[in-house]
Amino acid sequence: MSDIAERVKKIVVEHLSVDESKVTDNASFIDDLGADSLDTVELVMAFEEEFGIEIPDDAAETIQTYGDAVKFITANS
Amino acid sequence: MFDLTGKTALVTGASGGIGGAVAKALAGQGAKLALSGTRVAPLEALAGEIGEAAVLPCDLSDAEAVEALPKRAAEALGGVDILINNAGVTRDQLFMRMSDEDWARVIAVNLTSVMRLSRGVLRGMMKARWGRIVNISSVVGVTGNPGQANYAASKAGVIGMSKSLAQEVASRGVTVNCVAPGFIATAMTDALNEEQRGRILGGIPAGRMGSAEEIAAAVVYLASAEAAYVTGQTLHVNGGMAMI
Repeated sequence: MSDIAERVKKIVVEHLSVDESKVTDNASFIDDLGADSLDTVELVMAFEEEFGIEIPDDAAETIQTYGDAVKFITANS
Repeated sequence: MFDLTGKTALVTGASGGIGGAVAKALAGQGAKLALSGTRVAPLEALAGEIGEAAVLPCDLSDAEAVEALPKRAAEALGGVDILINNAGVTRDQLFMRMSDEDWARVIAVNLTSVMRLSRGVLRGMMKARWGRIVNISSVVGVTGNPGQANYAASKAGVIGMSKSLAQEVASRGVTVNCVAPGFIATAMTDALNEEQRGRILGGIPAGRMGSAEEIAAAVVYLASAEAAYVTGQTLHVNGGMAMI
């Protein structure tokens, strides 16, 4: 697993207090990991800080799953 | 009670009567202050009186300056735990004579800047899982007042905005409330003549104008840890002139 994927997973596990095994590529933050809409905003903020990137609102909306997040950050950092 | 030791607070409009009293009261409870306003000399004087405070002049009708203010405050204080949106302007005019400019300026300073500053401090508050936003509204935002359609709209807008934001961030330990002063003795009310004063006092059951310190006390309460379960509320401090 790449370093980025590892770091993203750590943020998701910590922020949503979920078991690491549940954070799979297709795991939806809202539907599978129990996030509410404010959690998703906070996750995006945490990703921005961890990776020193800017995630615009329209891009943030496309980040629905753990896999989406890893893909976006890999492509933009 | 109401100890604010270790907390940091940004107060806008601190060069005015109510803002100055709010800043002094927060500092008196132990908070570290950043004072914002348009007039530098009174801000410096207030900082001197408080002992230690950051002075951050800012024109709240300037969008870029408003965006930058929370960052400047966070740099000066190490974070912003408490935001007091106190700054406000009036451009009174009968509605039929009110210009677009009178309207836009009051909405920009009294309402839009409150949104921008609140947005600017929220990230830090959400991460800290603790935050207090206290917006100074006005009794006229609820009752209306002839000649103040723009001001009343801006102050009513602040109440609606606060209630919405309060619902969004309550689960993160951040509260958003308003204090709505009635007639408060400041330089603005000193300018009233005896007849105007008499008419106003006749409508106030307490029979007197309020003091800036009485507004500050309400702000201190809402900013405190003790008020953690109070959010989306408007605390009216008006000597009974409107009971809402």
